[in-house]
Amino acid sequence: MAVSESLAVRHALRSAHLDNGLKVLIQEVHTAPLVSVWCWYRVGSGDERAGYTGVSHWVEHMNFKGTTNIPRDEMKGIVERFGGTWNGYTWVDQTTYLETAGTHALDTLLFIEAERMANGLYDPAECESERTVIISELQGGENDPDQLLDTEVTATAFRSHPYGHPTIGWIDDLRRMTRDDLYGHYRRQYVPDNATLVVVGDVEADEVLRRVETHFEKISGSAPVRQRPAEPLQIGERRVALEREGTTAYLKFAWHAPAVTDPDFFPMLVLDAALTGAKGTNLWSSFRGYPPQRKARLYTSLVERGLASSVSGSLIATRDPFLYSVSLTAMDGVTLASLEAAALDVIEGVRAQGLSDEEVARAKRQLRARLVFETDSVTNIAHQLGFFETVAGPGFFDTIRPAVDAVTAAQVFDVAKRRLAREVRIVGWFQPTGRPS
Amino acid sequence: MTSGLSPVRRVLSNGAVVTLQETAFSPAVTINAVFRAGTLYEPDDLPGLAWLCARVIDRGTAGRTADDIAELLDDRGVTLRIATNRHVITMSCTCLTEDFPDMLALTADVARAPVFPEGEIEKRRAETVTSIRQDQDNPAIRAGEALQELLYTSSHPYGRPPKGTLSAVERITREDLLAFHARRFAPGTLSLAVVGDVAATTALDRIENVFGDWSLPPPPDREVPGVAPVSARRRVDIPMPGKSQSDIAYGFTTITRLHPDYYSYWVMNNILGQFGLGGRLAENIRERQGMAYYAFSAFDPSLGPGPLVVRAGVDPRNVERAIAAIDAEVGALGTDGPTDRELLETRQFLIGSIARMLETNQSIAMFLQTSEFFGLGLDYDRRLPEILESITIEDVRRAARAVLHPERAAVAVAGPALTGAE
Repeated sequence: MAVSESLAVRHALRSAHLDNGLKVLIQEVHTAPLVSVWCWYRVGSGDERAGYTGVSHWVEHMNFKGTTNIPRDEMKGIVERFGGTWNGYTWVDQTTYLETAGTHALDTLLFIEAERMANGLYDPAECESERTVIISELQGGENDPDQLLDTEVTATAFRSHPYGHPTIGWIDDLRRMTRDDLYGHYRRQYVPDNATLVVVGDVEADEVLRRVETHFEKISGSAPVRQRPAEPLQIGERRVALEREGTTAYLKFAWHAPAVTDPDFFPMLVLDAALTGAKGTNLWSSFRGYPPQRKARLYTSLVERGLASSVSGSLIATRDPFLYSVSLTAMDGVTLASLEAAALDVIEGVRAQGLSDEEVARAKRQLRARLVFETDSVTNIAHQLGFFETVAGPGFFDTIRPAVDAVTAAQVFDVAKRRLAREVRIVGWFQPTGRPS
Repeated sequence: MTSGLSPVRRVLSNGAVVTLQETAFSPAVTINAVFRAGTLYEPDDLPGLAWLCARVIDRGTAGRTADDIAELLDDRGVTLRIATNRHVITMSCTCLTEDFPDMLALTADVARAPVFPEGEIEKRRAETVTSIRQDQDNPAIRAGEALQELLYTSSHPYGRPPKGTLSAVERITREDLLAFHARRFAPGTLSLAVVGDVAATTALDRIENVFGDWSLPPPPDREVPGVAPVSARRRVDIPMPGKSQSDIAYGFTTITRLHPDYYSYWVMNNILGQFGLGGRLAENIRERQGMAYYAFSAFDPSLGPGPLVVRAGVDPRNVERAIAAIDAEVGALGTDGPTDRELLETRQFLIGSIARMLETNQSIAMFLQTSEFFGLGLDYDRRLPEILESITIEDVRRAARAVLHPERAAVAVAGPALTGAE
């Protein structure tokens, strides 16, 4: 387990349920006078219906816009007064809010999260103002050709499961949804038994639990049953080609990936590390973007041979099967057709022969090191505890390190054969049509 | 770190400066080696030389091939990140405690004995060319680089993009790289920080082993050229068809990091465009007008007078409205200064943030390197609260009055429509 490898963690994880169903996880870490509080909700863009895409993310934005007992104007500065930082994010399975601040802020941070769960204002004018902020966020993302391609490839991969639409939503839904749509979603999902509160830092667990009870025990409500349509099995390669203004060509492959609780998940994580370098498992960690990859198969075959200027892989822990993707930036002057052929050559080679024991051992060593690096602060430890509790279930986080250790070369070979097959892949091209001066 | 940092600083007999801080958060160590070899030291006709040097320097040494280095790094799950800015090239690496000796030795080898193999130069050059072309397609980068050029001109080292120009990158030879390395990598330009799960004495012994016998005369330093004062507003528009959103970069040149008013400017910038979502700027442009996902300002002084830059990304139809809002906020803070409450909250925030900023090995290493670079002393983290506490409303007013003049702002806009045509 990554956290127990931390020199700072000398206390057991404290886990409790309040009577109203709120799950509470408390980890004492006494190296710095800091506390990190995260409140996780089991709702994300994977829970959205057609016509209401982006509602979870918009609701996240609204949950920074004032509550009954923290008026809009007092929201500003409430965490900063303690030298704290705050944020939130929404993704396919989860919506989460965090604050990290000096330990003496604990009570205020719990108060903020209780208010956020029960007493959001959803002032109509604020909802309108936030609509255009989110459209601006979406359009800023569209300025990046790789992100544009990612949206298209993901949408092409899913015909039924709501993982197919972007977390930010489709623009027409963002233009159409109303304040009542937002508020309805908020009231249905922001209830204690749909949430996990995580507290990590220089605190005393019993004392934290008492304060959590004080702030949260009066909140009630039951979460709706999660209903998601299954994704039918893909039976043939799908392709999407974008032709737009730009300077650089991008290529993206995606394959349907195992859910985090599928026995294929960790062999697939090792396979990704061997193909593109280990990223670890922490979505929040700055380590994610810089994998060790100079010996990785796709790096040595494509970047070192001058066909691509960069390669990256992405396998994220998700509740239902999402995507494993490999993204490539074509080197200036290299055609997408030749880059695709060279990349598929590597993939087919791994599917035909598997990886060497040395490659598997290296990938596992990389993942073990990442598990240490990605839990280097109270904020990152809290993220990992809450993330896996929310996405994979109680106790899952403890199983990661042994699960990585247990992966064999035969398992990796097997997942490569089955899961990187042609008929289950999606290929995306971004072909630039012109070169701005 | 409940009672602040307790770093140990040594100057090796060859002139290299070493700063060490033991921490006990995780079984890991961060190595951070800073060389005064940034873009400031490039010949004026070869912009991009420092950047390319940083890309190739770890791709082969006298004793190791590129593949040896790749294997060493990948077997340990470690990356050696090499970053170039105006003044320095920084090599940084976080590794497991057990890998510290190997990674320290590799860092020393890469710094001391790179051979810049021709084949590696060609690969990394092609990557850099692709990367520059990607930047040319990125409105945020285009606006930012255009602003730097407006503020400093392309003949000033602060006015050029760090990756250089395509034509210069195409021209750089192996001899240029070897000469740049020989000129700028020496014990006298090195500041090394080691932070993490290793005792200072142990780390120091190992550092002596790998850097102690490196002996070279200290290279001459280069002064940052001055910046001519401006009194007129300047603007450039960069059309980028096919893009969805316009990026605005708006700013001024300011002061150096060692200027006595530095802390007043820091507090002023926090109020203008940092506090909360992005200070007064975000409050107006994002919160009140719903125009942008991001609106903030950044203050980046160094040995030369650094820029204060306002950024916002907006719908192309809202460019003029957003610039007007920036003008209004910049003008208001410049004329009236902050409120008492703003000053109080910002000071509380900055002082309260220190513990959080010194939580991880990487952030401590960066803090120690900044303290060393500007000569702030080993007790800087302890002195900082008092310094910030002493900043008065009059100090911030003075700073704001000195720099926040919309009529002298430089403005760059990159986006889908020619905004001037509206």
